[in-house]
Amino acid sequence: MPELSSQKIPVTVLTGYLGAGKTTLLNRILSENHGKKYAVIVNEFGEIGIDNDLIIGADEEVFEMNNGCVCCTVRGDLVRIMDGLMKRKGKFDAIIVETTGLADPAPVAQTFFVDEDVQKNARLDAVVTVADAKWLSDRLKDAPEAKNQIAFADVIVLNKTDLVSKPELAEVEARIRGINPYAKLHRTERCKVALADVLERGAFDLDRILEIEPEFLDAGDDHHHHDHDHHHGHDHHNDHSHSHGGLKHYHDEDMQSLSLRSDKPLDPTKFMPWLQNLVATEGQKILRSKGILAFTDDDDRYVFQGVHMMLEGDHQRKWKEGEPRESRVVFIGRELPEKTIREGFESCIAA
Amino acid sequence: MMSDQLSIASLTDRVKSVAVGAPVSAVHFLGERAAFVCAEEKIAIADAAGEISHVDVHGGAILCAVSDGKHVVTGGDDGKVTALNAKGETLVLATDAKRRWIDNVALHPDGAFAWSAGKTAFVRSGKGEEKSFDAPSTVGGLAFAPKGLRVAIAHYNGVTLWFPNMAAKPEFLEWAGSHLGVTFSPDNKFLVTAMHEPALHGWRLADNRHMRMSGYPGRVRSMSWSAGGKGLATSGADSVIIWPFTSKDGPMGKEPAMLAPLQARVSMVACHPKQDFMAAGYGDGTVLIVRFEDGAEILVRRNGSEPVSALAWNANGTLLAFGTEDGDAGMLEF
Repeated sequence: MPELSSQKIPVTVLTGYLGAGKTTLLNRILSENHGKKYAVIVNEFGEIGIDNDLIIGADEEVFEMNNGCVCCTVRGDLVRIMDGLMKRKGKFDAIIVETTGLADPAPVAQTFFVDEDVQKNARLDAVVTVADAKWLSDRLKDAPEAKNQIAFADVIVLNKTDLVSKPELAEVEARIRGINPYAKLHRTERCKVALADVLERGAFDLDRILEIEPEFLDAGDDHHHHDHDHHHGHDHHNDHSHSHGGLKHYHDEDMQSLSLRSDKPLDPTKFMPWLQNLVATEGQKILRSKGILAFTDDDDRYVFQGVHMMLEGDHQRKWKEGEPRESRVVFIGRELPEKTIREGFESCIAA
Repeated sequence: MMSDQLSIASLTDRVKSVAVGAPVSAVHFLGERAAFVCAEEKIAIADAAGEISHVDVHGGAILCAVSDGKHVVTGGDDGKVTALNAKGETLVLATDAKRRWIDNVALHPDGAFAWSAGKTAFVRSGKGEEKSFDAPSTVGGLAFAPKGLRVAIAHYNGVTLWFPNMAAKPEFLEWAGSHLGVTFSPDNKFLVTAMHEPALHGWRLADNRHMRMSGYPGRVRSMSWSAGGKGLATSGADSVIIWPFTSKDGPMGKEPAMLAPLQARVSMVACHPKQDFMAAGYGDGTVLIVRFEDGAEILVRRNGSEPVSALAWNANGTLLAFGTEDGDAGMLEF
């Protein structure tokens, strides 16, 4: 029910490797004149300069659920903090959870899938990853955490673009896209990004899964909004086409995205068990999944999204007149068994 | 209103409404007066006539509250442990040096009290001596054993039994998962935790034998021992679940009693302190009195509101108080 979900407090998860600029972005969000109050959950209590009334120190305690699935981890401290925060309902409009630079975003996200009490009051809005344009390429080689954070992101704030040359920027963007072509990417200096680009994204809202397309083509659009003061007089348009023309395609060795498509309707009695079985067996490798599905004899779009082994899905709306009834499914993950997944998907196409 | 509530005996017209004016998170009796602990800042003290006064106890959210019948001790997100007495006087018992949230408090009959912030549990004895213990992970629950100075500290993967006055190494009762609430049976023979997942776990303290109590659709947030410790009543299902503790094996190998089923989940339970019946509050605002013997029900409050979030009897069982998440509250005199 949309009216109910909108009453839930949105939670933005802010990740990023050490030194990328998470705290800078956090302070930007808090200091902007938006008239909103944020409750901020940070991992190092009282040690970072954050100016906010409601700051809660977290311990990043991750524990396994006793439900038999090994990757089903949740943030226990978050369960407790959310419980306490709900006593102050009305004192804040949204929650921002900042993770440590070495954290895996999955347990935070999974907390919002599995914990009934957390789910009742709050909704995960988006995972925002701040990346350092100068150092990300190196971190992607030596820090699996950094790769996880990019793969998991709904929004990537590629920061410190002023410290790299254009070819270097194109290089790091290509590396990001090699892992996660679906996240919204914003190039920034000192995390200057419009708040609307990082907050209230509804990235986990089934009603807002509109299309699933790689972001390559419009990645540069964001350029316009945010850095006019530094690039005054610069010809943005040329800049775009140049970077697109020079965009290299990388295939990350262990983290990829996999996109499946069919213009023939899927058989729900085949697809649903296949998907459930796939995440049950390969869920440790699958970080994120998302899909828009056209089922046989069904005038409604079915949408789903998932984190590791957890899935949620629902009928979303009627297919519009003239709208191509095409099914799209994407997976982002580590060492995805591409052949198995492709064949499995094909076998769900209605005969 | 549901039809099954029409057909049962009702005491709804004898309930005195209490204008707490804020979400209620707990209620405890101080003598004949009920102390309604609000979600934030205040405690509202009310008598059976409905006369009410508000006392400020914390600068923010009140995260936990316990009572020994003479004081209500609360922990807040302002890092303070505060006591309120029957006269309405408050006293700050402790302030966390780092102003961390006080997640749990517990009271011992001899005047000692315990609290926790993060991973650290603290105990201050009746003589004012303070000791602390660092649990392996964040403390989920605290409870004093009915005898001796022994504290059960619930955390991830088990419970630590800590003897603050002894040099002995604390005893560790292991069970995988996150343990969020903890209670000793009144006879000191069993320890039960409420877990993050919808289940209880228990240990027979004589031999640390495990007791698994599962099958709940939701997390158990409220537990109450019946008179004499014969059973442990729990929330979390759409009926009251009462585990039998009369035999030396506790509930092992036995089925729990399931009473007072409704189309809503039980949110709070409070056993009568002397007799074999209890009060149960539900997620739809219903409050029932339920007799253990035959499950007979009396309606105290109709459904149609936010969940019942506070429920308590006074010490001799002549008064019942309840409160809801949307700030409604009431008292009933027997």
